[in-house]
Amino acid sequence: MKYGVVVFPGSNCDRDMQDALQNDLGKEVVMLWHKDKDIRMFTTNDCIVLPGGFSYGDYLRCGAIARFSPMMQSVIDFANKGGKVLGVCNGFQILCESHLLPGALLQNANQQFICKNVFIKNDTSTALKIPIAHGEGRYYADEVTLNDLEKNNQIIFHYCDETGKIDMTANPNGAVRNIAGIRNKEGNVFGMMPHPERATSKALNNIDGLKVFQLLELN
Amino acid sequence: MNITAQTAKELRLTEEEFELIKQKLGRTPNFNELCAFSAMWSEHCSYKNSIKWLKTLPRSGGRMLVAAGEENAGLMDMGNGFGVVFKIESHNHPSAIEPFQGAATGVGGIQRDIFTMGARPIASLNSLRFGNIKDKKTQRLLSGVVHGIGHYGNCFGVPTVGGEVYFEECYHTNPLVNAMSVGIMQANKMISATATGKGNPVFFVGSATGKDGIGGASFASANITAESAEDLPAVQVGDPFQEKKLLEACLEVIETGAVVGMQDMGAAGIICSTAEMSAKGKAGMHIDLDKVPTRQKNMKAWELLLSESQERMLIVVEKGKEESVLKVFEKWDLPCSEIGHVTDDGLLKFYMHGELEAEIPAYELVLGGGAPQYSREYSTPKYFDKINNWKQDDVDDIKENELKNIVEQIIQIPNIASKRWVTVQYDSMVGAANTSTNAPSDAAIILAKGTGKALAVTTDCNSRYVFADPQKGAMIAVAEAARNIVCSGAEPIGVTNCLNFGNPYDPEVYYQFVKAVTGMGEACKKFNTPVTGGNVSFYNQNPDGPVYPTPTIGMVGVLDDIENKMTLDFKEAGNVIILIGKQQNDIGSSEYVHKIKNIEYSSAPYFDLDEEYKVQQFVSSVIKEKIIQSAHDISEGGLMITLLEKGFNRNLGFAVNADTSGIRKDAFWFGEAQSRIVVTLKKDQVASFKSLVSKTGISFTELGKVTSGEIKINGESWGSIIDWKEKYDTAIEKLL
Repeated sequence: MKYGVVVFPGSNCDRDMQDALQNDLGKEVVMLWHKDKDIRMFTTNDCIVLPGGFSYGDYLRCGAIARFSPMMQSVIDFANKGGKVLGVCNGFQILCESHLLPGALLQNANQQFICKNVFIKNDTSTALKIPIAHGEGRYYADEVTLNDLEKNNQIIFHYCDETGKIDMTANPNGAVRNIAGIRNKEGNVFGMMPHPERATSKALNNIDGLKVFQLLELN
Repeated sequence: MNITAQTAKELRLTEEEFELIKQKLGRTPNFNELCAFSAMWSEHCSYKNSIKWLKTLPRSGGRMLVAAGEENAGLMDMGNGFGVVFKIESHNHPSAIEPFQGAATGVGGIQRDIFTMGARPIASLNSLRFGNIKDKKTQRLLSGVVHGIGHYGNCFGVPTVGGEVYFEECYHTNPLVNAMSVGIMQANKMISATATGKGNPVFFVGSATGKDGIGGASFASANITAESAEDLPAVQVGDPFQEKKLLEACLEVIETGAVVGMQDMGAAGIICSTAEMSAKGKAGMHIDLDKVPTRQKNMKAWELLLSESQERMLIVVEKGKEESVLKVFEKWDLPCSEIGHVTDDGLLKFYMHGELEAEIPAYELVLGGGAPQYSREYSTPKYFDKINNWKQDDVDDIKENELKNIVEQIIQIPNIASKRWVTVQYDSMVGAANTSTNAPSDAAIILAKGTGKALAVTTDCNSRYVFADPQKGAMIAVAEAARNIVCSGAEPIGVTNCLNFGNPYDPEVYYQFVKAVTGMGEACKKFNTPVTGGNVSFYNQNPDGPVYPTPTIGMVGVLDDIENKMTLDFKEAGNVIILIGKQQNDIGSSEYVHKIKNIEYSSAPYFDLDEEYKVQQFVSSVIKEKIIQSAHDISEGGLMITLLEKGFNRNLGFAVNADTSGIRKDAFWFGEAQSRIVVTLKKDQVASFKSLVSKTGISFTELGKVTSGEIKINGESWGSIIDWKEKYDTAIEKLL
């Protein structure tokens, strides 16, 4: 699987993602510039990553401007054809703004930026220690959408405590139903607020991020 | 307009300075020129009241690759062909008036100093001082400053990896906001802040110029009074998104090989960057001010010269290579205009609509050129009498049964308690290089990706020690910074300093300054950590008096092999706890004396420079020999706080029996005598440790053992470390 990492003006986790994918997961990575459109070098078996950061300064609304960039038009096409797309943090926000994923990311419940290690899990995993760093990471969707997400197993990660218990005390930002990440119904577009690329190296004493890529079958 | 000494006075220039300007120009300056001198000869730009003493600091040698003050920031050799670029700077005055923008633009300004040299910033730190945290005004300042730092740094994408936050009454009106940035680059690729080559075009890149921050440099060179709020336009407004683009574009433009020189526009905007670059290159410039992109109509020449609008760079480009430069800035959607060219007559000539608006020899404006340098008077502060008259013996020692209760109080003193309410608001992990997130150490250890090495970074200054004894206190600040780096397994290499003082025209304040610089110099020589540059912030004063003298030390160390990193926390139950260094019968200037006993005036804590150096050398050697499991120095709060802090990361406790014979109990637990480090060892490491330490003559004490969670003092159970951690973690949050 080959990876493309999109660089928007204001992206600041693009290099970290490249580093993690190349050096820690041993993948081929192509950096993609937001003003370009050509992604013919990728097949639907490959994965395009929208990294974290503050694309276009997050002016107007997080991810709202990035959605209209030339590269995003190609990424939206790519996703609609079944290509794999992963959005992390600001990338998740962009995917919601692009309607590739349902719902929205609102300002954290405490109205502050939060950067710390949190724990997340999916149905099969134990608690994984992954950092978050966001001001607008409180996932929100209406009840009908949420019920659909649950019914279709579209919630890829919940916030939990160290032991794997999912409850409000382990929820860092007030996300509805402790949602840390979701996928689309088709299962090829993934969005998550926590940063797996910040937890893929022994030098940082945390390689739980590698398991995130495994669980999403993006390794 | 008739320019007189009165006009000069209104621009914060003295009558003597006005005469000097007339003499240098051979005529009376016009208003634009006078404004230029006002900004460039302000304390902030000219260091006129400090340079004499700054020159006594060790400013060369060691691994320094450029002499102090020569470039926008210090550059030191980190090996393997790479250099580390770092600097600390204050943004105190703007933050006092408008905390959010003041702090944000402080962060932005220091980042530009790093990348204008061609380095990529990889770590930020900040040193913050506020008044009483229970005060509403302080809470507003704290919240605004922290929000501002986070807003700018998080978006810009450089992790905030360390720093300090102190709360003392003396900072009530004058909070201190010192921001530091550290970057890395290929050492031979440095871009100088110089203008050379007659006819080379001068480009202006970045945000359009507005009226914000006009007079910021001279605003920062005056006391804060009730009228200061009226100086609001002197506070700048920041745009971190623009700066992020500027960073990437500047690093890319350097790769074109077309850049002759580059300097960011910080204090005193266009006039400062054109003057400093020209003076450095022994050149002049012809600048058409109407070509500067503006965000407001009808800006006057002096406004354009002095505006401190953020996110702007001045770049001298090799003639004929303009195209490659323009292409990069176009890629990043950054406005870039050719506003003039380099000349060889040494004159700065600013034109507007074809009219010559100002003509000044660049040399006359700058530090080291025509800017005045003063020797100020100083005299021993009167408050020293109170410190000299203080007797430790007049303070009652604690009783054994009071100990636990006092520890509970001390651990919740805001200066000591966890600063997580602050740090969680900063992105400390972007860059995926901060190794201290999951494995904390006394200094932050940051991977310098691509260089094969890591950097250790810290900021330190206990200003109460400096207040009690400026010379010794400044030495302690340097020693503590070096100690933090050594305890993390790295080698200290250099210092940047941010000297925050009151009004230099007050002889007692100036005494503090002179003695602090003297002490700093002595300590920097001892640790072979030359001062690469930094910043002086005077006038941190209000009608109630000056702040504590606060010479903040930013120090950088190199860790050649990440495997040699040392962490501060207890590793496993059963490990032996050993105190390296001598327990002293000393409670002077401790948090305990100041906050629990409410004593404002007491002597500085015990400190001996040679002893400190020996202890550091020894700890460095046992880390390299791999015979210790953790190292954490004793600082605010004393030994007890150090032990608790060692336990928090892994929820491990400790069982310690205190032999306090010949020493006060409070001094044993809470004294802040320097040069003491608590380490832990596996049982089978103890013998080799003892044999090594005995060869050095350094004192050591076996204190006890690490436990699986219980804290036991002299056989009495104090409960679980988890409950103590809860108190430590939530103390500040409960006050806000």
